[in-house]
Amino acid sequence: MSEGAPAADHAPLLQATGLSKSFGGVRALDGVSFDVVGGEVHGLLGANGSGKSTLIKILAGYHHLEAGTVSVRGEAVPLPMDPGRPQKLGISFVHQDLGLVPSLSALENFLLGKIATTRRGLRMSWRRERAAMLEVLDRYEIELDPRQLVRDMRPVDRALLAIVRAVDGPGRITGAAQRLVVLDEPTVFLPRAEVARLFALVRRVASSGSSVLFVSHDLDEVREITDRVTVLRNGQVVLTGATARLSDDDLVEAIVGAKVSVSAFYRRHQASPSGAAIEVSRLNAGAVTDVSFTGHAGEVIGLTGLLGSGYEDVVRALAGAIPVRAGRLRIGGGTVELSAWTPARALARGVVLVPGDRLIEGAVASLPVTDNMTMVRLHDFVKHGLLSRRAMTGRAAELAEAYDVRPRDPRLLFGQLSGGNQQKVVLAKWLQTCPDVLLLHEPTQGVDVGARQQIFATVRAAAGDRVAVCASSDHDQLARLCDRVLILRRGQIAAEISGVELTKARITEECLRSSRERAAS
Amino acid sequence: MTSTQSAASGMAVSRPGRLFSRYAEPLALPVVWVALIILFSALLPGSFLTAGNFSAMFSSQTSLLVLALALIVPLTAGDYDLSVASVAGLSAMVIAVLNVNHQVPVLVAVLAALGISVVVGVVNAVLSIAVGVDTLIVTLGMGTLLEGIVSWIGNSTTVTGISGNLVRFVVSARFLGIPVEFWYGIVLCVVLFYVMEYTPLGRRLLIVGRGREVARLSGIRVKLVRSGALICSAGLAGIAGVLLAGTTGAADTTSAPLLLLPAFAAAFLGATTILPGRFSAWGCLLAVLFLVSGITGLQQLGAQTFVQDLFYGAALIAAVVLSHAVRSHRGQS
Repeated sequence: MSEGAPAADHAPLLQATGLSKSFGGVRALDGVSFDVVGGEVHGLLGANGSGKSTLIKILAGYHHLEAGTVSVRGEAVPLPMDPGRPQKLGISFVHQDLGLVPSLSALENFLLGKIATTRRGLRMSWRRERAAMLEVLDRYEIELDPRQLVRDMRPVDRALLAIVRAVDGPGRITGAAQRLVVLDEPTVFLPRAEVARLFALVRRVASSGSSVLFVSHDLDEVREITDRVTVLRNGQVVLTGATARLSDDDLVEAIVGAKVSVSAFYRRHQASPSGAAIEVSRLNAGAVTDVSFTGHAGEVIGLTGLLGSGYEDVVRALAGAIPVRAGRLRIGGGTVELSAWTPARALARGVVLVPGDRLIEGAVASLPVTDNMTMVRLHDFVKHGLLSRRAMTGRAAELAEAYDVRPRDPRLLFGQLSGGNQQKVVLAKWLQTCPDVLLLHEPTQGVDVGARQQIFATVRAAAGDRVAVCASSDHDQLARLCDRVLILRRGQIAAEISGVELTKARITEECLRSSRERAAS
Repeated sequence: MTSTQSAASGMAVSRPGRLFSRYAEPLALPVVWVALIILFSALLPGSFLTAGNFSAMFSSQTSLLVLALALIVPLTAGDYDLSVASVAGLSAMVIAVLNVNHQVPVLVAVLAALGISVVVGVVNAVLSIAVGVDTLIVTLGMGTLLEGIVSWIGNSTTVTGISGNLVRFVVSARFLGIPVEFWYGIVLCVVLFYVMEYTPLGRRLLIVGRGREVARLSGIRVKLVRSGALICSAGLAGIAGVLLAGTTGAADTTSAPLLLLPAFAAAFLGATTILPGRFSAWGCLLAVLFLVSGITGLQQLGAQTFVQDLFYGAALIAAVVLSHAVRSHRGQS
């Protein structure tokens, strides 16, 4: 780890003073000031909605400011900027999606900015470009084959390529040796072991005099790699300081905003003697390893964690939506091996999923509500060898009434409904099958407030005689809806919250801190 | 809720406009077809408006109709099958070679041709769905490959002299004055219409085509449905080949592949009518009849043979552009 705070006599590479910005009367940033000096790795922390994203977009030049100034190397920068301007100032961004084209080679991706903007020359010398790229890779001690397609590269190599391109790609101007690279949650999809390689690169970048603004939710990583941190909450800077002098509790308290207990809160789930309705044993799928839990009829279980923790993979695997490497599910007196699980088998066993992406996975926007609601029960509507359209529409109309879908007319196309009503249709589609296990993924994403309440009520009512499992990153929703919440960290259950402890702040706090608790326990 | 209120009042205000846009699109093709017939009948009472001409128009393009039907099955499931015309050519050539060169009874030759067509469908399905190569590319390659095979087994010539039994079975026999092949086409339309509209299988086909992930997560066996569609398509193309061989009593190497683009034109033109946006058997029938009527009338007026391509192409573009315009107009209102 780098030592303490950087020397104070360096002129800041980036200086932000009193930044304020509102959207529709809501204050996103309120007098935010911070600076990044040369050769520093600076952490930027904050919960969802803290203003972090707005701040990054301001640095990228998307927004104009209501108050405050941004200066780079002591010179004020007019905002908003043209898209190419930050690059010329020496600021580059690596977002979570990395901005790479999978079907192109590493070299072509490295040159993407140059290919897009160059106005001179009719011909590229691939030999010379490859040599130049290898020279840059050498400087940062990275081994990559420039000819390999990004699609075939390991995730960490893709991240390294994106970062090297941002720091030392052909788009940079020759005058400014010092650059600022904004890494926006670059590690969430990386296996733990490979994060070390990424950090080694970040250190090499910093030691060459450039700076890194490291945006993350992950306290472990922030502590490991950053020299200083700035924490945002409700659009204000609530903490800035040298990382080495701050404890986890300081950081969590700054992010969550409430004084939280220092003692570890971690309880193992006690299996109820009355017997579980479902028991998931050693589930391995997607980002999840060896997850086990039980669920009782009448219970709503929440699953959450940071992005990349794998919480959504649990429900998707149990529904057969993603392949399962290993795991067993005990349900209805029998035990099934999940490695050969498919959506059809899950449905036959009474396990259904209300997927997160309504328009891609939940229903077909270009078909009427009738077809969307009835597609899982088509055999109910066959009369004398004919599929009865009237019976289908009748059932859809009944369901629309029962679940308060507006407008009621089931002949409307699914895509014509509002988000909340679309979600009611998808819920109705699955609940009419009377499942034993109702799996939900982000059930109120893109849903208005009124419909949100109705969906909560529907899920609670549905959970009366079955198990409901809700995977969500919306901590407020989990606190309102669930009886207990399991928090995942790096693919494993790290904590469980229930009873009076079950609050939004508590869930957020456990998401942020749980890896340390687990290591300690 | 305010949104429902405004939607309801909007409906009340523009009711005539809504009715127009609701029925204008599905009825456009039949109306234009009838108008064409009236126009040509008025211009050419002696040649166009005769029983013989109508009988010929109805029956002469049945193999094109069956090819269009073959296309709409995988199209509904979201897959292009570019090999259908070549499969029809292969089917016809297999019948000719077996029956003429090897004296195989014609019924056996027909069954062999249909069997080979289904095998081609199975190969298409395995390569594109089990192996996972893009269906468009697999069937493009397969189509070209089959054209080569047809030339090979047919020695690049036209094989004539197929048993008169087949010719009788396809064209010579008549029902209501129209050669029976037209009625075979109608029977296939009925079967396809029934399967696509009135069976759970047909609904699944549609849902697979519109939202593959939705279908998969709803427990529909997507790969099975898509494979079945490709096999069905090849089987129907085989039937089209039987009709081609029976119509002329011969098989050649070039005429079947030329039907590919007209068959697509008919399939897409048919999708602008009846239930706009959906491929349908009756739409195909209507489209084929419309195209044949237009071309026959123009040729009788003295147009040269290239008018056929002009008419196919222009009709398809005009229909699709118009239906797009109607739909975006409806979207705004």
